[in-house]
Amino acid sequence: MKILTLNFLTCAVKACKSSAASYPLHPQEVELAKDEMEYNPQAMLNFLLRLDWAALRMTATELGFATLPEEMPTAEDLQQDELKMRQLHELLLETHVVSGKLVCGNCGHEYGIKEGIANFLLPSHLV
Amino acid sequence: MSRPEDTLVADIHYNVTESRKYTTSSRIQNVQASMTLRALELLDLSGPSFILDVGCGSGLSGEILSATPPDEGGPHVWVGMDISADMLDIALERDVEGDLLYSDIGQGVPFRAGTFDAAISISAIQWLCNAESTETSPQGRLSRFFNGLYASLRRGGRAVCQFYPKNDQQKKMITQAAVKAGFGAGLLEDDPETKNVKVYLVLTVGGTAQDGNSGDITNVVNGMEGVDVLDSRRRAREKSSGRGDIKPQKGSKAWIMKKKEQMEKKGKVVKASSKYTGRKRRIQF
Repeated sequence: MKILTLNFLTCAVKACKSSAASYPLHPQEVELAKDEMEYNPQAMLNFLLRLDWAALRMTATELGFATLPEEMPTAEDLQQDELKMRQLHELLLETHVVSGKLVCGNCGHEYGIKEGIANFLLPSHLV
Repeated sequence: MSRPEDTLVADIHYNVTESRKYTTSSRIQNVQASMTLRALELLDLSGPSFILDVGCGSGLSGEILSATPPDEGGPHVWVGMDISADMLDIALERDVEGDLLYSDIGQGVPFRAGTFDAAISISAIQWLCNAESTETSPQGRLSRFFNGLYASLRRGGRAVCQFYPKNDQQKKMITQAAVKAGFGAGLLEDDPETKNVKVYLVLTVGGTAQDGNSGDITNVVNGMEGVDVLDSRRRAREKSSGRGDIKPQKGSKAWIMKKKEQMEKKGKVVKASSKYTGRKRRIQF
């Protein structure tokens, strides 16, 4: 699962929807892998508009990458600085979580990840 | 044609053998590809987008999203959801580009608000009309799905869901659930009244102000060839404004004649009508 997707996932439990702590999910005991993907600056700019930068920084720190700046780079910034854009591309689209678990900060439910597929099936008492 | 929806739940029906059969059948591959391309045409995406594939299965439709050439707005990045573990297994084997989630769409869509540019679903949402336990109902599952989908799409986003309705009632149930969640909804039928009819539920979130449209669902098919618009909203409005035929008063001659006609149509034995039919008896002492 890409880090980009991780930036959009929230807890699936209904009671957690209203809680701020349910987002982002916290990755634990993860194994990462890199998978080459074609670099597409236009797509990156589209995703950038919707990224939650604070959440991305938190995820990156928890995964052990601590090179993200505090402020979110603007679109113009990135268009001029290709290196920065390529770094972001590498982090968001090429870095994959292969196994581990995602933990909700509110209810503590653990979503397992196996072979890159997160299990978001809920037991019937949580639906 | 057999409907697997009627006999089993999705995650049990699509087991190892069935999933493999589904993915390797060239007929299914062709049908799926043509429906995905049609859905993409309806989505009308202008640039590389982030797309949710609901009921992605083994990634047959996702592959087309990843392979969309740049001059048609691609390649898109997608996330797929499916309830069949065996289908997802085959997707892994086929090494698809998108991310996969093992989840039940009837339990909602676990993404934060405004995540996706668009959503597609090929032959999946009719499975929501079956509830496998007493704790859930089709209506409940449909409403959780559409509410989740509505929240996870950005304003001005679109969703196209191709599905196989069992009957008109199911078609209506699904459309109403979508409208209730806040979508602007319309049904597009390709090859209507044939065996190969394909039903697409086209959903919009909010008005797409940037194209100068008022957000009317019929704008989606504007400029497409060979599409007739049948607006059932107008018909419903006309009916409610009282332009339809007036019901005869109960007990009146007209009412009796109508009932006799109805019974005759049903094949019941009905007494012949005469000038005395429906007349009052004279007052007796």
